[in-house]
Amino acid sequence: MDLSFVVNQVLTGLAGASSLFLVASGLTLIFGVSRIVNFAHGSLFMLGAYAAVTIYGPVVAALGPAIGPWFAMLCAALAVGLVGVAIEVLILRRLYHAPHMLQILATFGIVLIMQDAVVLIWGYDQIVGPRIPGLRGAVTIFGLRFPQYELFMLFAGPAVFVGLWLLLHRTRWGTLVRAATRDREMADILGVDQAKLFTSVFFLGAALAGLAGGLQLPREPANIYLDVRVILEAFVVTVIGGLGSIGGALLASILIGLLQAFGILIFPKSTLVLVFAVMAIVLMFRPWGLLGRPEPQTTSDLAETKAAPPDRPYAAHLVVAVLAVLMVLPLFAPDYIVKLSTQAIIFGLLAFSLNFIVATGGILSFGHAAFFGIGAYTAAIAVKNYGVPAGAALLAAPLIAGVVALGVGWFIVRRTGIYLAMLTLAFAQIVWSVAFQWVELTGGDNGIVGVWMPGWASATGAYYYLTLAVCGTAIAVIWRAVFSPFGYTLRAGRDSALRCDAIGIDLRRHRVLAFALAGTAAGLAGSSFMFLKGGVDPSLLSMDISADALIMSLIGGVQTVVGPLVGAAAFTFLKAYIMPLTDQWRLVLGVIIIVLVLAFPRGIVGFVNARDWFSRTVTRSPIPAVEERTA
Amino acid sequence: MSALLEVTGLAKSFGGVRAVRDVSFSLNRAEMLAIIGPNGAGKSTCFNMVGGQIRPGAGSIMLEGENIAGLMPRQIWRRGVGRTFQISATFMSMTVRENVQMALMSHHGRIRALLPLANRLYAEEAVAILERIGLADRRDQMCGVLAYGDLKRVELAVAIAHRPKLLLMDEPTAGMSPSEREALMQLTASIVREEGMAVLFTEHDMDVVFAHAAHIVVMNRGAVVTVGTPAEVRDNSEVKRIYLGGTLEAAH
Amino acid sequence: MGEAMLKITGLNAYYGRAHILHDVDLTLGRGEVVALLGRNGAGKSTIMKSAMGLLSGRSGRVEFRGRDVGALRPYRISRLGLAYVPEDRRIFSGLTVLENLEVGRRAPADASKPWTPERLFDLFPNLGERRDQDGARLSGGEQQMLTVGRALMGNPLAILLDEPSEGLAPIIVEQMARAVKTLKDEGMSILLSEQNLYFAHAVGDRAYVVDRGRIRYEGRLDEIMANDEIRRAHLAV
Repeated sequence: MDLSFVVNQVLTGLAGASSLFLVASGLTLIFGVSRIVNFAHGSLFMLGAYAAVTIYGPVVAALGPAIGPWFAMLCAALAVGLVGVAIEVLILRRLYHAPHMLQILATFGIVLIMQDAVVLIWGYDQIVGPRIPGLRGAVTIFGLRFPQYELFMLFAGPAVFVGLWLLLHRTRWGTLVRAATRDREMADILGVDQAKLFTSVFFLGAALAGLAGGLQLPREPANIYLDVRVILEAFVVTVIGGLGSIGGALLASILIGLLQAFGILIFPKSTLVLVFAVMAIVLMFRPWGLLGRPEPQTTSDLAETKAAPPDRPYAAHLVVAVLAVLMVLPLFAPDYIVKLSTQAIIFGLLAFSLNFIVATGGILSFGHAAFFGIGAYTAAIAVKNYGVPAGAALLAAPLIAGVVALGVGWFIVRRTGIYLAMLTLAFAQIVWSVAFQWVELTGGDNGIVGVWMPGWASATGAYYYLTLAVCGTAIAVIWRAVFSPFGYTLRAGRDSALRCDAIGIDLRRHRVLAFALAGTAAGLAGSSFMFLKGGVDPSLLSMDISADALIMSLIGGVQTVVGPLVGAAAFTFLKAYIMPLTDQWRLVLGVIIIVLVLAFPRGIVGFVNARDWFSRTVTRSPIPAVEERTA
Repeated sequence: MSALLEVTGLAKSFGGVRAVRDVSFSLNRAEMLAIIGPNGAGKSTCFNMVGGQIRPGAGSIMLEGENIAGLMPRQIWRRGVGRTFQISATFMSMTVRENVQMALMSHHGRIRALLPLANRLYAEEAVAILERIGLADRRDQMCGVLAYGDLKRVELAVAIAHRPKLLLMDEPTAGMSPSEREALMQLTASIVREEGMAVLFTEHDMDVVFAHAAHIVVMNRGAVVTVGTPAEVRDNSEVKRIYLGGTLEAAH
Repeated sequence: MGEAMLKITGLNAYYGRAHILHDVDLTLGRGEVVALLGRNGAGKSTIMKSAMGLLSGRSGRVEFRGRDVGALRPYRISRLGLAYVPEDRRIFSGLTVLENLEVGRRAPADASKPWTPERLFDLFPNLGERRDQDGARLSGGEQQMLTVGRALMGNPLAILLDEPSEGLAPIIVEQMARAVKTLKDEGMSILLSEQNLYFAHAVGDRAYVVDRGRIRYEGRLDEIMANDEIRRAHLAV
């Protein structure tokens, strides 16, 4: 590597860092005051790109090539800022005191809605952006040509940083924002209207995302995959930098930018793995990120989060009745229904195992798909590459998932809340990128196909019974675990870590074991799913699967034992019947999520239980009610 | 007989501020020792160092001849120390009985069992403890709906479940009515008498302190002002000054 | 006593299930300095938080300048002219002394002379020397001055001072007492909670003795100072 090449890579890396910073700064700014991790931030970026590309032509025609391009991007940014305001006022404002899981799901719902909205408005095809007049050429640096626009981008990030810094440190508004970031309630006491302040912060944060989207246009076309890619990058940057820290975001952007520029030379295939690995390493040594600080205490009210108990074991006859229906289902139901039911049972196990750690253990995982996928891939590879008998692969794959979960759990369960959720997401993305990039082993994008159960077991009915037996047993084990000393201890840890410690419980080890148990169960769901579909591809490891599992719990009722099972069934059949009717399944799902989060956070079972329609079920407190105190 | 608990030269600083310096005292079996002092005197810090919630900066904490300074709370618990917290730390999603059962399951090493039903394990033992504490009639109520005074008693029941040698009580009667206070302390005293358990407690209510403590450690600004019997402490002029505040000639 | 600035009637407050305040009645007159006396945990802070709208679990009536403020958010109450200085000070870390003051700044409701950082630095000279330092890096006494100053920047008509002398060195306590007297001379109404009877006596007119969530006694501070029985029963050793 000669010097000019290194310099060129450094500049490329820094230009990338600039672009990362533009997105991450808005995300971290919003998190700072609202403590909400906004999954929709990437969607706002995408929206900015589409908005800019749409108005670019007319605006440039009207104002000329000198001012036109910049004015178009500015207008797009402002428009996106207004969308951000709408999101804050209509949805997020009601969730400031809600559990992290509901906040994450609500913003994820916005992601889904925006994906379909963009498709509806602009279609599936990518739209190639303009090249800015005056910045189309290249400059020669150390003998290598470097695009002018990249050079411009290289300065855009630092310029925005300086602007933000001045805004936050040299204006009254900035002082109030920083004060509210440290202690919302004290700012309130001093007469600061938080609602207005938060809305203005959302405007700025969203506008920054929109601006970043517009500025990206000369580098890549506006397309419908921008949102997920950008949000993952922005998460990594903000988490490494420290949630809420603008300076940290800049530092982390530079780190990641350079890592991508040079990593691609050393490991051409694994920059994603490299990026997420760096994130994991940083968090191990600095749990709050490079420049972050521990979550501040935001309220002086002593009222603790209401921790719901699981409902008592359900009346045996109810369980028997459901089992009886399941046993005879293939005798009268068409194949299609039986297949769907098989899938519902599998997803039931996935959601059930996730809810075990989320609701009982207070371990909010947003990466459960990792273990589902590992189970599926392990089984497929075992059968395809090593000739392992299908039955053995079905049962052994979960053990591999469990061992991986044990290792991952060992260092993530020390964290709590939102950091834990983001760490699990990061881990799932590492696994996803391995599956995507290690083509020799995993088949890359195409995955592995044609892996079926042998002979009799491949028949729809037979595989249904097999799944019912195997996954049903796993569900029964976890169900029992909820009420066993193991589950009680896990719940005790969620209720009061302090008390656990003072009665001799090694909580961390316990949480790791629970994480491994849930991972094993997810692995079994994964291997079962693989044989149902006869193959596997990276989509099984995607964020969508992790989110779906959480959504199933939400639909059924997070704080209930059967909720995830009911939710999985409802979700599976709803999806199967709505999807053929509309091209906008994501939009429908997004709306469902948001309505549930805002209006029915207890889910179906929680709703039924609270009504006390069946005297056998016990009325229990739901997830903490959303208090309107900050609104 | 040597003392059950022997604290020597205990010290702790937070960010350069010396919260506790050179605190020494000892506690015999079947004795109640109170630590008192105004807010910010370092009582809680001292207390949490004995319980393991805060790691001591210096000094030793000998429990039956073994130095427990710097051990984890759960290791200290295993050596026979139970404790209650100022803001009661109970498992809010469990019933009163299940809270005690949790402590018993941990004591018997059963917390990782996957198959038994937790609320059937050590149920009788738990009820017996609750009867001792006078909470048997509340055994099936959720902790989340209990009155404050009852929660404090749940804390006590959980803390004594593994029959500790030493019980640490941080502000056991805070927020209780006078009659509840007296009842709780009578109960504690009777447990001390019958089981030979030693109690170290902090308390704001001087009536409670003077009525029940055999010895009192008075702290102010991180240091021990005096150690003595209630009578000795009551007559100490330094203690009076601390409690009623200094005169403010300059301000008049 | 004059016109009531703050009037609390039948206040009950709860933390979860715990009933903390029982039927508290209390009045703070215009230009008056009133002390809430009582031990730790007696309910003094809870009274102040309730008045400021910081507690969700409460019933009863809180009137400020004749207006029912029970349903208002803290920032609305603050803008009506009631300031609150919390016991734990809650300085904004990462913000300088001047910036901390800036957060509290609000134009006065009437034509009175507004508080400026310079005027505050006359009242608390130590703060002036540290104006560009991170508020979190100040000593305990300086933080207490800053938190009082920050409240004053809102040009309030009345101020709730929670334990202003707690944990402070004697010389700082004296400074704080002088400051309270200065404010009183300027016509500020002040409700302060105290465990230090001498401090309360040095600055206050009247006092309420609070114990176990109830008002046990109300009277002039001279009387309370002279009454051994009350002192022993509700206040200290």
